[in-house]
Amino acid sequence: MTAVVQNSPGAAINAGAEPYLEEIIKKFTVAAVIWGLVGFLAGVYIAFELAFPALNLDLPWTTFGRLRPLHTSAVIFAFGGNVLIGTSFFVVQRTCRASLFGGEPLARFVFWGYQLFIVMAALGYVLGFSQGKEYAEPEWFVDIWLTIVWVAYLAVFLGTILKRSEPHIYVANWFYLAFIVTIALLHIGNNLALPVSFFGAKSYSAYTGVQDAMTQWWYGHNAVGFFLTAGFLGLMYYFVPKRAERPVYSYRLSIVHFWALIFLYIWAGPHHLHYTALPDWAQTLGMAFSVMLWMPSWGGMINGIMTLSGAWDKLRTDPVLRFLVTSVAFYGMSTFEGPLMSIKAVNSLSHYTDWTIGHVHSGALGWVAFISFGALYHLVPILWKRSGLYSMRLVSYHFWIATIGIVLYITSMWISGIMQGLMWRAYDSWGFLQYSFVESVEAMHPYYIVRGLGGVLFLTGGFIMAYNMYRTVRGDVRVEQPFESAPQGAPAE
Amino acid sequence: MADETHYDTHGESKPSADSPKTMGHEWDGIAEFNNPLPRWWVIVFMVCIAWALVFAVVMPSFPAAHRYFGGLLGYSSRADLRANLGETANARSQWLEPMKSLSAPAIVANPELLQVAMRGGEVIFKENCAACHGIGGTGSKGYPALVDDEWMWGGTLPEIVQTITHGVRNEDPNSHNSMMPAFGRDGLLDRAQIATLADYIVAISSGQPGKPEGHTLFEANCAVCHGPKGEGTKENGAPALNNQIWLYGGDRNDIITQINSPRHGVMPTWQGRLTDVDIKQVAIYVHSLGGGK
Repeated sequence: MTAVVQNSPGAAINAGAEPYLEEIIKKFTVAAVIWGLVGFLAGVYIAFELAFPALNLDLPWTTFGRLRPLHTSAVIFAFGGNVLIGTSFFVVQRTCRASLFGGEPLARFVFWGYQLFIVMAALGYVLGFSQGKEYAEPEWFVDIWLTIVWVAYLAVFLGTILKRSEPHIYVANWFYLAFIVTIALLHIGNNLALPVSFFGAKSYSAYTGVQDAMTQWWYGHNAVGFFLTAGFLGLMYYFVPKRAERPVYSYRLSIVHFWALIFLYIWAGPHHLHYTALPDWAQTLGMAFSVMLWMPSWGGMINGIMTLSGAWDKLRTDPVLRFLVTSVAFYGMSTFEGPLMSIKAVNSLSHYTDWTIGHVHSGALGWVAFISFGALYHLVPILWKRSGLYSMRLVSYHFWIATIGIVLYITSMWISGIMQGLMWRAYDSWGFLQYSFVESVEAMHPYYIVRGLGGVLFLTGGFIMAYNMYRTVRGDVRVEQPFESAPQGAPAE
Repeated sequence: MADETHYDTHGESKPSADSPKTMGHEWDGIAEFNNPLPRWWVIVFMVCIAWALVFAVVMPSFPAAHRYFGGLLGYSSRADLRANLGETANARSQWLEPMKSLSAPAIVANPELLQVAMRGGEVIFKENCAACHGIGGTGSKGYPALVDDEWMWGGTLPEIVQTITHGVRNEDPNSHNSMMPAFGRDGLLDRAQIATLADYIVAISSGQPGKPEGHTLFEANCAVCHGPKGEGTKENGAPALNNQIWLYGGDRNDIITQINSPRHGVMPTWQGRLTDVDIKQVAIYVHSLGGGK
């Protein structure tokens, strides 16, 4: 290899003639931060709606049923989606040493087209248009629009890989590509529907009954698998070694766990439908594949954490790296909890309870959001060509406030979820149910408040991040005591 | 050259001679080691796969056109559910069986059965009745409280059983049925008369005699159902007006609204949704809440 490797922040010149396109990545970064705040705020609001139902204001637009998809779509598709597309554009250019295929116009179409999708989806939820499929609520015309945008996105990404100057495709790009291709497949498969009329929003699903449920959870589970796992593993494989300035731990492990993850994930959906009308054979396979998925998921965690060996001391001085590494730890925790909850005996207790909500959020807040924060903090000074962030101390505050928020969230949901499950199955000595449903709702109230407070902390962290980034973009540098670096020559731990 | 770079995976971050080699590629400054797969990782992965294969053999798994392989253990979640529900039903039946042939008052007379019926009634009440009547039967606007001694359709055990069984103003031919005329909307009384009547009802509800012109109107229009003193009649489901218990609110405006265009509450029939024994238990529970007659 003879190419000069550009490794310093702000290096936007590749080996060829065309410079990297980075203006568009700035737009994705800003959009991710704004949508993130909107999504966290909606989450906090509906968390308190559950604790204090009067907060639905007796208006149709602000009821839980409409704001909940607004929250999930804002955090997954608006925040997560902008992070994924933005970072994928950044990573694919630098690791292929090629500028984006299709140039600025196609990339700009992907950006604005995707924002239009988000706005149409959000307006639909609030105004009451929904096809009633979790994480796939938008109606048919919004689905068609997203399909067009997604094909453009695939063209940009794949085209850039095809015109790369590097001989090999970097592992981060495998994960990004798996995410883009599979999401396209899932989106089209699950959203097949017949509109009632050409000028009306309403449509009916192409599937009926338990087949509809199975298609929905094939989609729903793999939205987690390929959007929130594979896609963000793409971020992990770039930003963790980059920030730690260490080589990836094991190339071999990345190959094995990539293919194992991709192959196994797609079959695990039936575990969302344990003890339902779904035939027993499908439930068995859903559980078996989920258990087999445990180690392939952990392969990513091992590669992320072990990449830091030799650079652990950096965690003391770099809160951005702390975000990245903690996210990998949360990833490991929730990918252990997932297979555990897919075991039918455990699922009979956990299903339909807050435990599920806690599980999702340990993955969503701990893994997805934390790795996104780490990546965004890393990107902003590079994209806006600043020497560094406005304040590392504020990053550290964000880290601790958000971490405490997550801990409050998941512990309260564990307690409330297991309590709910136990209350629902409790019988007295005469064979009567011990508790009525509404008594279990009443018992959850204090945990709902704790969960809401956890969300407030997480949201506060988000505002600190937005402020820090705003000042960084303006070119300000805060006068503060820098974090102490490890004594020179001392061995790291 | 990137492939000449050596790193120590265990300690110092400086490259050293005896540390593993990278793969030789580098992307934007990122290199890769080629460490072997962690042994424990491979073992646990293989164990999970082996377990999954065994699990698929013993449990229902592989599908075919019209049926599927049922597994060596012959497990079925439907059979499992039936067995579970059967177990709790058996536990209850030794108590519920004797209740079948007994009337509600006869169950109350048996201390042991009464204890079971009170518990069973509470469970049934919370699942089926509390949504409208409130936990503990406290009621709310439009939904009668069951904890007091005013009963629109009678408060003895057999009367409560009757009300639960057939409900109020529904499609069941045996349901309680009555209609209060819409005195204002249908022009039976004018505005001034309704106001006078409302003043009179406010007065008698707090134990005062009320004005004579109000009394005259009351006798002519209301007393036939609500009783000469406003004490209510359960044959018509007409609530008492001479106390402070109100279904749709007790201030003057509420009363005017009700005389002008009355609301009529509906309660479903529970026959067919609850068993006879369930209805007896829940009636006993409701009867015990405070006002049973």
